[in-house]
Amino acid sequence: MPEFWINMGPQHPMTHGLWNMKVKVDGETITDAKPEIGYLHRGYEKIMEVREFQKNVVLTDRLCYVSSITWSHAYCLAVEKMMGIETPERGQWIRVISLELQRIASHLMWLASYGPDLGLLTGLLWCLRERELFLDLIQLMSGARMNQNYPRVGGVRNDLPENFEAMCKRSIEHFLEKLENEYPKIFHESKVFRMRTEGVGTLSAVDAINWGVTGPNLRACGVNVDLRRLDPYETYEEIDFEPQIWQDGGVGDSYARFVVRFNELRESCNIIRQALEKMPKTGPYRVKPPRRAEGEGYAKTEDSRGEALFYVIGDGDDRPYRVKIRSPVFCTMAATPILLRGNKLADVVSILGSVDVCVGEMDK
Amino acid sequence: MSAPLIPNLFAVCKVLVAAIIGIVQSIIYALSGPIPPLRGLGDWLGLDAVITVVTYLIVVTIVVLWVTVLNLFTVMWVERKLYSRLQDRYGIMISIWSLPFWPFNRVHRPTHKGLGYLQNLADGVKLIQKENITPRNADSAMFHISPVLIASSTLMVFAVLPWSSGFYVANLDLGILFILAAFSLAPLGILIAGYAANNKYTLVGGFRAAAMLLSYSIPMVLAVIALVVFTGTLDPVKIVQQQDRPLVAFGTTLPLPAWYVFGPQFLGFLIFSVAMIAEMERVPFDIPEAEAELVEGWTTEYSGMRFGIVFAFKWLRMLAACALISILYLGGWSGPVFTTLSVGGIPVPIVPEEIWFLLRIYFLAAFFVVLSWSVPRVRIDQILNIGWKRLIPYSLLAILVAAGFRVLG
Amino acid sequence: MSAVVRAAPVVVSGRPVPLIEKEVLGGLKAAFGAKLLDGKVLRPGHLAVTIDRDDLIPVCTYLQKTIGFEHLSCITAVDWKDRFDCTYHIENYYNGCMVQVTAHIPYDDPKIKSLTGLWNAANYHEREAWDLMGIEFEGHPNLERILLPQDFKFHPLRKDFAQEVDRQYITRRKLRGGK
Repeated sequence: MPEFWINMGPQHPMTHGLWNMKVKVDGETITDAKPEIGYLHRGYEKIMEVREFQKNVVLTDRLCYVSSITWSHAYCLAVEKMMGIETPERGQWIRVISLELQRIASHLMWLASYGPDLGLLTGLLWCLRERELFLDLIQLMSGARMNQNYPRVGGVRNDLPENFEAMCKRSIEHFLEKLENEYPKIFHESKVFRMRTEGVGTLSAVDAINWGVTGPNLRACGVNVDLRRLDPYETYEEIDFEPQIWQDGGVGDSYARFVVRFNELRESCNIIRQALEKMPKTGPYRVKPPRRAEGEGYAKTEDSRGEALFYVIGDGDDRPYRVKIRSPVFCTMAATPILLRGNKLADVVSILGSVDVCVGEMDK
Repeated sequence: MSAPLIPNLFAVCKVLVAAIIGIVQSIIYALSGPIPPLRGLGDWLGLDAVITVVTYLIVVTIVVLWVTVLNLFTVMWVERKLYSRLQDRYGIMISIWSLPFWPFNRVHRPTHKGLGYLQNLADGVKLIQKENITPRNADSAMFHISPVLIASSTLMVFAVLPWSSGFYVANLDLGILFILAAFSLAPLGILIAGYAANNKYTLVGGFRAAAMLLSYSIPMVLAVIALVVFTGTLDPVKIVQQQDRPLVAFGTTLPLPAWYVFGPQFLGFLIFSVAMIAEMERVPFDIPEAEAELVEGWTTEYSGMRFGIVFAFKWLRMLAACALISILYLGGWSGPVFTTLSVGGIPVPIVPEEIWFLLRIYFLAAFFVVLSWSVPRVRIDQILNIGWKRLIPYSLLAILVAAGFRVLG
Repeated sequence: MSAVVRAAPVVVSGRPVPLIEKEVLGGLKAAFGAKLLDGKVLRPGHLAVTIDRDDLIPVCTYLQKTIGFEHLSCITAVDWKDRFDCTYHIENYYNGCMVQVTAHIPYDDPKIKSLTGLWNAANYHEREAWDLMGIEFEGHPNLERILLPQDFKFHPLRKDFAQEVDRQYITRRKLRGGK
């Protein structure tokens, strides 16, 4: 058979969202790949220039619908840096809890969609079952399951509800038990799963850094970079946690990316438990931000998918002059041809599923 | 030593058909007074050849209905319900109480509380209502022939497959060979379907199907050859008869039956089962329609009931595969009969052979369902590696082992 | 400059190194002197320098090759109506220091050298900046639109690309005539 291009997308079960991966195959082997993005471009950076600082949180929530709080938090942090205000301590702890809850929900959504990518539909149902627990917690905290609009410039919208700590601990206990006993059986203890993921989509650490791959995908290459550690924001400095890095050497393959994300689930539970212990029980959780601001603010946070960077410039008006969103998936997408080249056609799902694509933040 | 519920399907049907034709004949003879030419028609109907042909048609219809209406729906229901439970959910629920007319839709029997047996029927009704779309650049004739080819070649298996020592259409001396041959026709239909639809996904899916199914037919046949060394026959009824005796007796109550799986054929049993999973296109080996990367593989362009046919034929193949495994290795329909009732002078076994056979089939089907819903899909090159580098050498080894045991006695 | 390299730990600890920004700024000033139009420390671990667009490649080469700023995080183009700013956020993974390099670009000639030779990550960022802001990156291998359709005529993030502002976005205070 001669080489020919196959469109994987925009309407395709492999693409979790609306984008197109054109792969050139020779029989079953991929010789070239070309991502086509922009189907979901909504012009966020332009829209945000005419809305007030706080109102933009509604938009940043929708950058990635499975990871709303982390994105809104990164935006709020950048605006706070520009305004020169600081969140009260209890507000910071609440933010940490909400971020980690959102990270678990997001990773579970990724795990859920990674299962059917490999033909394992049972994984989808099991992970969505546990994701409900965390969405319930987030709903308890913020009032909504998705697109919570929870972080505020200067804090969070509301205090934690009563009895939140007990419920949180109970859910986490239940989840950790499932994570220890049930998930490994269908995921990494399954030989077929390892056959599908090990050795495909390899990316060396040098390449990963040069192409701007960040977050769990970079840590899967063995690079010890976790922005919660490297550039601590909120109260991550006071928490004792271990950034999850692929320790076993070699270049990062799909299995390494899977393991890093899978272990982050456990680590996030650990962070939430510590935060519940260490946070002050009472106190203010929000300060009132000034209406106008001038200057530039910049915040980079460890989003569920990598380094989320907001660069906000104000010109003294009550709305930003320019907002720049740095999406980790957008940068990872540039490196996907390297990941794909030389693998089999069936590995496209195994690789692109493991890098965790979210189109909303990629296309802005 | 159980007995079949139907001692001989053909003989029973022939008696019934002869009786019905006798009635028709007497009516025709009565009419032949005013209309003399009818007497010749009556004589022709009474010929043995006519009765035999009509009986064959009736028997084929009975077996096809038995397979498709009863067993196909049951095995689909078993699969859908079982994997739903595996995934922590209820699964399908449309039952007879969901029908929208009295007396079924009682107020206190909500439609979502049924057992779900009629869900597949509802899906079939929905698929029949759908529009049949043919892609513009597809080879229309081939595109429409291939579902028929696939479905009919699979149904051909059931022409020879016995359901008990009496419940079959025809019993050939080379029945197993015919079944395997009919089983191997489907890849041709799949390749035609994938090629004719003029779509890249279906093309890749069709080539994958050809590569995989052909390479797994070889160990399948080799495993059967290893078995034939022992059985000396390819007649399924005789193969089951050979297994219907105790091998080792533990005490007096629990004899270990002489199934071929216990003994030197165990390796062949494993190879045959794995090859059958591939032939069934179930999940570890379902790359021809790997929905994650190839949308729906070679079935992508089918719509309406044509999709229904190519979708449902997988369960038909699963039924045939489970039946074949149980005939060859698991003792077929042999089993104890506990007591025999006498209904109007005819002895009726309480646990007839058909029940024993269906029990084995559904147990195997349930095993395959649980297996396929708890592992991911294997990649094409890995599948071919397993097929060519593992299964074929092992099946050759199985032949060697079988021959050695045969020689040594 | 080698002092800075030695200050960075060989074993990656993943933790920030205190006071690294002063060293980096000192090194930059020593290496480029007057070419740095502006250089200041914004907050711990974060410093900003301003350069002319012609000095971009030397400064970035120095940052990447000499003192190990290996991660190009982001490229931001800003339309200041009289000029463009192109801001590069460049990060060092070893000590957590972030340098924000801002290059001025005249409005009537929006061109700047491409950084794709140094960082492959610049590829998509520069395509995006070209797509949305219309800054031409010289030497880019594949400078075409990435988010917008290929036949789109405008660069929508420029301030002269009118945004439809409906009532929802106008504050009450502004409607009453306030600022």
